[in-house]
Amino acid sequence: MSAPAEILGDAGLPIPSRDDERKVGSLLSEAVRRLRRNPSAIVGAVLISLFVLVAIFAPLLAPFDPRRCDVSLLPGPGQVPGPSAEHWLGLDLNGCDELSRIIYGARYSLLIGVVATTIGAFFGLLLGVLAGGVGRKTDNVIMRLVDIMLSVPGLLFAIAVAAVLGRSLGSVMIAIAVVNIPLFARLLRGSMLGQRESDYVTAATSLGVKKRKVVLGHVLPNSIGPVIVAATLALATAIIDAAGLAFLGLGSDDPTTPEWGRMLAQTQEALTVAPQLALFPGVAIVLSVLGFNLLGEALREALDPKLRQ
Amino acid sequence: MARFIARRLLQLIPILLGLSFLLFVWVRALPGGPENALLGERGTPAQLQRIRESYGLDEPVIVQYGKYLERMVTFDFGSSISSRQPVTEEIRQRFPATVELALAAMFFAIVVGIPLGFLAARHHGRWFDHTSIGLSLIGVSIPVFFLAFLLKWLFGVKLGWLPTIGRIDATIDIEHPTYFYTVDAIVAGDWSAFVDVLKHLILPAIALGSISLAIIARITRASVLEVTGEDYVRTARAKGMTRSVVERRHILRNALLPITTVIGLQVGLLLSGAVLTETVFAWGGMGTLISDAIFNRDYPVLQGGILFLAVVFVLVNLAVDVLYAVLDPRIRVS
Repeated sequence: MSAPAEILGDAGLPIPSRDDERKVGSLLSEAVRRLRRNPSAIVGAVLISLFVLVAIFAPLLAPFDPRRCDVSLLPGPGQVPGPSAEHWLGLDLNGCDELSRIIYGARYSLLIGVVATTIGAFFGLLLGVLAGGVGRKTDNVIMRLVDIMLSVPGLLFAIAVAAVLGRSLGSVMIAIAVVNIPLFARLLRGSMLGQRESDYVTAATSLGVKKRKVVLGHVLPNSIGPVIVAATLALATAIIDAAGLAFLGLGSDDPTTPEWGRMLAQTQEALTVAPQLALFPGVAIVLSVLGFNLLGEALREALDPKLRQ
Repeated sequence: MARFIARRLLQLIPILLGLSFLLFVWVRALPGGPENALLGERGTPAQLQRIRESYGLDEPVIVQYGKYLERMVTFDFGSSISSRQPVTEEIRQRFPATVELALAAMFFAIVVGIPLGFLAARHHGRWFDHTSIGLSLIGVSIPVFFLAFLLKWLFGVKLGWLPTIGRIDATIDIEHPTYFYTVDAIVAGDWSAFVDVLKHLILPAIALGSISLAIIARITRASVLEVTGEDYVRTARAKGMTRSVVERRHILRNALLPITTVIGLQVGLLLSGAVLTETVFAWGGMGTLISDAIFNRDYPVLQGGILFLAVVFVLVNLAVDVLYAVLDPRIRVS
């Protein structure tokens, strides 16, 4: 007697039972559970939440307009008043409120980080899927292109791209995104190639599932774990690189833009008289980057099947 | 082994060709086209015409690319807009400074990073381990130029222990046959100059090496922990070998392969970081050459500098690959 139709797939093979679904659900919930138990993940999440909240509510939090500066507030040329009751972090060399500039700086860092990583990941994943899913020829062409892009060290590549595009926030985002493309492409391709020999792919192929459906519906979702980890860590690198480009004078063309990297660069001459002006934006960069690094590492551990108990 | 090296060298050709093509497109995409980019706003019509002719901008693109390749192969990048010196000469003087700094940074990262990671693994789960993990996470999260600022302020401005600008005291006058100042001081037989050069090297090297240190320490810890759990380590212990022999001969030696891999991967990071570190410490290397070129829109220098560093990066990666093959015979076969 044949099995009832509802438990048979198209080819007459048993379809996954409820138990299997529960198992899939439990893998995800296990990852979440492990994340919640990991103190690094919690600290990282708190730092990131703080960073995002400050960026979103900057107009409400900042006591002054970050672009309205008054040189007459400075005691003399090259002299900067330190923290006071009115200006909690003091004034910068142009007489702007340092705290307000740091708060607004979070917006720029977050915006650049998220946009650059998203664009980079999108195009990187597109190339990765083509390389890992279409065929050997496409794979060869794409991977040689990736090799060429990786032959220039990251920041130098970003400098070259930003130099072509001119000084603006947009060009910083594109420059960092372009640097990210080959990294994501190589990662996803590797991850997909690893999945290609898996039993479920053989099963799906032998059931007559079309190649495109196998790649997009089965291989891609199963290969995406390392990409999520990489995206979190790429956000951290993007924030550092954006600060580096601004530090080198390749950020926004408006000198009053409160970018953390630019703020650091501007204090270079005043290091002897006002070291705090370098300290505040520097600490802001470190804390936001640390948040993404902590969460990224915790995600890596949570999603790693080898570490599953 | 020779076949392996030959194969890897052959694989380099398409990469270098592709890279040169990217730069070819890049110069043409620069604001104002190559003639304006290469001469700046100061270019006279006659000079612009000369550049147009020498770059063959009126010829078909494929001929232009051929001529361009010819110049690249002979490392002819033209002259700097700001110094009027040939870019090749600028690179010859500046590159040793960056190599010296990168080597010192790498030395610092390895000498501190490996023992730190090893000790963290030995005290796995205890306070030393947690502290070193925490520190290394901060180490990878701190921008190189911010750390450079902190070091400069603490050891230069506040304590006054170390110099923070340049590569050698302005009052010391020695010949520079190699532009490696440490070597130049030794060649000149000037001991005080040598000490002075080393003092100038300390802070930039620490700033540049910090991220690599953090990465090396983490990978050493992970690698040592993994090897410690292997059967042959248990066997060695069961045979009654002393702890130090097991650690040195069995654990550390086998843990070194992933560490070597990671050390090789640091070259790109060091070259990128050098641009920022050198800017803070006014270190006259490739980094300051490139950051000044950005500031002055000195595109011939920018083009030559980036291509040169990319070629160095590719060659070092090749050398590292060969080194792995020497260390691990399995790689040669695959």
